[in-house]
Amino acid sequence: MSHILCETKDLKITFPHRLGDFTAVHGFDLQVRRGEIVGLIGESGAGKSTVGNAIMGLLSHPGQVSGGRIELEGENLVDLPDAAKARMRGRRIGMIFQDPMTSLNPLMTVGGQLAESIAVLQNIPKAQARRMAIERLAGVGIAEPANRMDQYPHEFSGGMRQRVVIALAMAGDPDLLIADEPTTALDVSVQKQVLDLIKSICVERSLGVILVTHDMGVIAETADRVYVMRHGALVETGPTAQVIQTPSERYTKELIAAIPSIERREERFRNPVKKTGEIDQWLLQGHKDKGSGDYVTASALTKDFATKKKSFWGKAGTFRAVDIPGLIIKRGEVLGLVGESGSGKSTLGRMMTGLLPPSSGEVAYGDHGILAEVRSRAARKALRRDVQVVFQDPYSSLNSRMRVDQILAEPIRFHGLADRHDIPRLVGALLERVGLPAEAGRKFPHQFSGGQRQRICIARALSVRPRFLLCDEPTSALDVSIQADMLALLMELRRSLGLTMLFVSHDLAVVRQVSDRVAVMKRGEIVECREAEALYDAPKSSYTRMLLDTAPRATRRQ
Amino acid sequence: MFDRIRSDFWYELLNSPVTIVSAIIIVLMIIGCTFAPIFAPHTPFDPATISIMDNNMPPAWADGADPRFLLGTDLQGRDVLSAMLYGGRISLLVGIGAVALSVVIGMAVGLLAGYFGGMADAVLMRIAEIQFAFPPILIALLFNGILKASLPADVFAQAAVPIMILAIGLAGWVQFARIVRASTLVQRNQDYVTACHAVGLPTLTIILRHITPNILGPVLVLAMLQIAVAIVTEATLSFLGLGTPLTEPSLGALIQIGSQYLFSGVWWVVIFPGIMLLVMVVAFNLVADWVRDYLNPRLR
Repeated sequence: MSHILCETKDLKITFPHRLGDFTAVHGFDLQVRRGEIVGLIGESGAGKSTVGNAIMGLLSHPGQVSGGRIELEGENLVDLPDAAKARMRGRRIGMIFQDPMTSLNPLMTVGGQLAESIAVLQNIPKAQARRMAIERLAGVGIAEPANRMDQYPHEFSGGMRQRVVIALAMAGDPDLLIADEPTTALDVSVQKQVLDLIKSICVERSLGVILVTHDMGVIAETADRVYVMRHGALVETGPTAQVIQTPSERYTKELIAAIPSIERREERFRNPVKKTGEIDQWLLQGHKDKGSGDYVTASALTKDFATKKKSFWGKAGTFRAVDIPGLIIKRGEVLGLVGESGSGKSTLGRMMTGLLPPSSGEVAYGDHGILAEVRSRAARKALRRDVQVVFQDPYSSLNSRMRVDQILAEPIRFHGLADRHDIPRLVGALLERVGLPAEAGRKFPHQFSGGQRQRICIARALSVRPRFLLCDEPTSALDVSIQADMLALLMELRRSLGLTMLFVSHDLAVVRQVSDRVAVMKRGEIVECREAEALYDAPKSSYTRMLLDTAPRATRRQ
Repeated sequence: MFDRIRSDFWYELLNSPVTIVSAIIIVLMIIGCTFAPIFAPHTPFDPATISIMDNNMPPAWADGADPRFLLGTDLQGRDVLSAMLYGGRISLLVGIGAVALSVVIGMAVGLLAGYFGGMADAVLMRIAEIQFAFPPILIALLFNGILKASLPADVFAQAAVPIMILAIGLAGWVQFARIVRASTLVQRNQDYVTACHAVGLPTLTIILRHITPNILGPVLVLAMLQIAVAIVTEATLSFLGLGTPLTEPSLGALIQIGSQYLFSGVWWVVIFPGIMLLVMVVAFNLVADWVRDYLNPRLR
């Protein structure tokens, strides 16, 4: 085994605060060797990014290393003066950031940025740096690098941009590469290519790589060894296959068990525990016979968005975001809608709930008829009561100036679903129904975590006794362990209340856990729509097969 | 905004002595001016209580002063300190009243333009931009002139303060409309607004109950800055003789009166109201700066 390239010893990182210092990392040991990819995994707030930033010398103010050592080939980086740290960045340690949209300068050509970095870091003339930049772009898999040099970042796709970011990180030929969530912002099909690129660079240049991520699938595909972090401390470490297959710590076991599998439908989602109470009776009140049949029917649905005019006098073009011949959601079923970013899945979801008017075609509901023909105020109100939404971002989907009980009481009062005096009690019961204490109503949304906020959003959707729920990426912003709880809650509510659901997500594994049928979207069109199990086990369309093959999975290495 | 106050408000405030001093000055001025009849040692505009014998007294610490008149008297024997308190009352009333009017108009226009977009946005914001092309003082002069020409002289003199509020308020709404429109455009696309649509809430409820509270921060900051601007505008108009009548002078009118005697050695009649105006305006600006930093933690 080669010697150790980079090492942290008993690393402590503190963020001073007037109400007492916050220790983000306490006593963390990590070792990276040349030619090795080390995974650093943990849920949000575990301190994994903080460790990466500390090694890079880029701790955000007012954080500081308050103890321990960071050694790069035996030299302690903690005590280095700022100027020496700045010299080291790029030349000895390179960094790849999460979002390729913001880590490139939009006003400079891609080649200009790369050539500038190479010229400065390697201290060579501009012309030579430019020639080298072309080689480097070719090296990270960009076709026609000489032509693409003079293009701007917005002319590159997300995956291509991340390749450029990798080339930039490698501009100074560093020994150590820190990749902080390098593929989180990318679609699965692109994710695999970027990870493969990082792997091949690591081997070719015998680089040490620290891969910071929350995604066990990424670690399983890429890392040689893994460090599991929680609350700023090390939980478990070892070779990746060993940690994933035979975890020794309870937290690691829970973390791995919480990952939804793309291979099969887990038992825990299939037969959720059924709770019944007064609130469920209230929630089911006024609902007609459950019956079967179609609940939502979309026919010949399209949505066009205007694109930018080419010139001042030119005509604005249109971009067809959605174009489907038809889609049916049966009463009481969960239809999963998957697709990569830009496939039109969210747009379709919003049209199916009447939140976005279609450009052509119509949406009809079993109980209300054709959406566009529901004109009377009372009928509109009744329709809005039956159709509700749970959003992706639990931070922007709650009004931060209103107390939680006000947020939940408003829809009940507006639709006249309960007596004035009963509302506070109902709000408490609703909160308890989604797994929060009844007293939570007295707080403001910012006093809750992301998962708790998402529960509040579900309670708000339930407060009008809906029949149909659109879940638009409801778990994408959450940690895996919380994600599993949220899915279990949604499935349990669906069983108990007989809800019809449209579940939109980019995550194929999550969709498999919850859906009866699944529709796969690509560039505004549905390429495949079948029973979930059949679709996952034997995809008919080549696109579906490609999505399933490229999705990283924690259990493949066996 | 208001829930953060409980934890950080006092901490941030106590860490900024300049703001504390400014805030205390504003509070003292508001109290002193509002209750001028109680605090003022004399009633300067009641001819029965003033004596021409007391004219041109210097401040109390100078030679030949009368201890009854702390900051001296003017040509007609009126107490300068009392005149300042009564004048400050008019200045503050006009400043705060005019900004309140600007906020109401600006928020209505900004919310409508930002929320509905399209035609409403185009028409309202073009009107706003046309007005923005003229200096506010010119607009205020214009409104003032129109009202002066169309109202009988005695009515105009009676209603001097409401007319000033109207003129300056109508001159200042554009900035509020712009800032409210920009914030509304951001808030309109937040998921919590979409959730309101999903529940079926009426548009007016969404705008007033959900969007408005979320855009008040920047409006509050701008309002504090604009109070200072409005006070200066009022003082400028009064100095030019277009504002409050000389029988009921604001700070600007006092400065105008005093400036006529500045070179005859009677400096106190102009200097003290001038200092009061300066301190008032600077204090409002400093407090507004602090509120802006407090509401936007990224600037800290």
